[in-house]
Amino acid sequence: MTTRFTEDHEYIRMEGATGVVGITDYAQNQLGDIVFVELPALGKKLKKGDEAAVVESVKAASEIYSPVTGTVIEVNVALTSEPGLINTSPDAEGWIFKIAPDAPAELETLLDDAAYAKHTA
Amino acid sequence: MVPFSGYSLPVQYPAGIIAEHKWTREHAGLFDVSHMGPSFLTLAQKSGDPARDHAAIAAIVEPLVCGDIAGLKPGQLRYTLLLNDEGGIRDDLMIGRPADPAWAGTLYVIVNAATKHADWQHIAGAAGESAALTRADNCGLLALQGPEAVAVLETLVPGVTDMGFMTYASFDWSGTRLVISRSGYTGEDGFEILVEPEHANALWTALLADARVKPIGLGARDSLRLEAALPLYGHDLDDTVSPIEAGLNFAVSKRRREAADFPGADRILAEISGGLTRLRVGLHVEGAPAREDAPIYDEAGTGIGRVTSGGFAPSLGRAIALGFVNPAQSAPGTRLQVSVRGKLQSATVTALPFVPHRYVRKASS
Repeated sequence: MTTRFTEDHEYIRMEGATGVVGITDYAQNQLGDIVFVELPALGKKLKKGDEAAVVESVKAASEIYSPVTGTVIEVNVALTSEPGLINTSPDAEGWIFKIAPDAPAELETLLDDAAYAKHTA
Repeated sequence: MVPFSGYSLPVQYPAGIIAEHKWTREHAGLFDVSHMGPSFLTLAQKSGDPARDHAAIAAIVEPLVCGDIAGLKPGQLRYTLLLNDEGGIRDDLMIGRPADPAWAGTLYVIVNAATKHADWQHIAGAAGESAALTRADNCGLLALQGPEAVAVLETLVPGVTDMGFMTYASFDWSGTRLVISRSGYTGEDGFEILVEPEHANALWTALLADARVKPIGLGARDSLRLEAALPLYGHDLDDTVSPIEAGLNFAVSKRRREAADFPGADRILAEISGGLTRLRVGLHVEGAPAREDAPIYDEAGTGIGRVTSGGFAPSLGRAIALGFVNPAQSAPGTRLQVSVRGKLQSATVTALPFVPHRYVRKASS
């Protein structure tokens, strides 16, 4: 299972051919309590860097960008009623959407664990 | 930590904004609001007659504000507005009359952080040689807010329980003098405490030592005041907004209305008689929070105003907003729309405050 990161603190975890996208524990900690999540539309085609979702903390709205180019194949509807899952479980129950990447090799342009750790150090 | 009017303030402590907000509504929250502008305005030539000296200092301030300052009882604090000549709000502030007759001829004046330098210049300019303005913003100003605030403070400063909402008095604590008002910016019962700088840390520590008290940051201060529908200067109020547009009619005291002797009286009295073009309202917003500057539309899609502050209300578990709309669409229950990131969302005009105030009034205050 490969996980890669963006400099904007999204993660994408490959599960087979599917990429699970969310925000990192570092990001949720910076944002504070998440109170609302705007999910992408199912089937939406996203380019790498496109605005895919919005998470709102008490204080501010933050855009979530797609880490890769691809198609949205599932969204985490549980966040509609429980946006705080992003705070309590950012990399498991708090995932935001799943994407079918057009070119899996694109992941190699993202940060790996070591590079992301360095980025947030 | 974030910069705020030249001060560095915490947005939140480790508990987070929602936990801090709820703690304040249920127990007692401690806020460091030392960035604000406490000050004292003192008559240059006191006669020694307390009533006469109060009347004299009130007469200096009244031409700047729409509140009845002359009519303050000893120990009473009043929310009022500094106005410009067009009836716009330069700042919202508190003015108090000392309880102790020995201090007659002085007013306790607390203004906002972002406006304090301009306010003080304005007040001192109007006072000229007849009164001296003494800044007290070198002191600590701590706010203890919430239903358990009174029990907590009583253990440190016996006697505060007897104070009514919007009164203030001096108390001795641990070898220093505290100026304590029963007031705040959360909609809860609570106190604001002015303390000498060298004792501020000790007071903060003593209050936090009580298990009922937790520290609260700027984020929850904003969400608490928003639920209480208390306006925030620079957002819900500015120098174009009048007291009547802001729904602060209570701040235009009866005696001052009858005398029409405050800045912008023509406009403000005309607005009281119905000549109003915009009015501050509260909105329940469906879906994502509508934040400052979000456009407000009627059901037909016509633009009728904008949000001046909005966010998530932790006590209600929903998005709320304050904004200005056409008075014809200001009645509670009116269905409107707000635009968030280009998408229209339903909103409903709601009676204010969003969360009921729980001030503790006393028969004598």
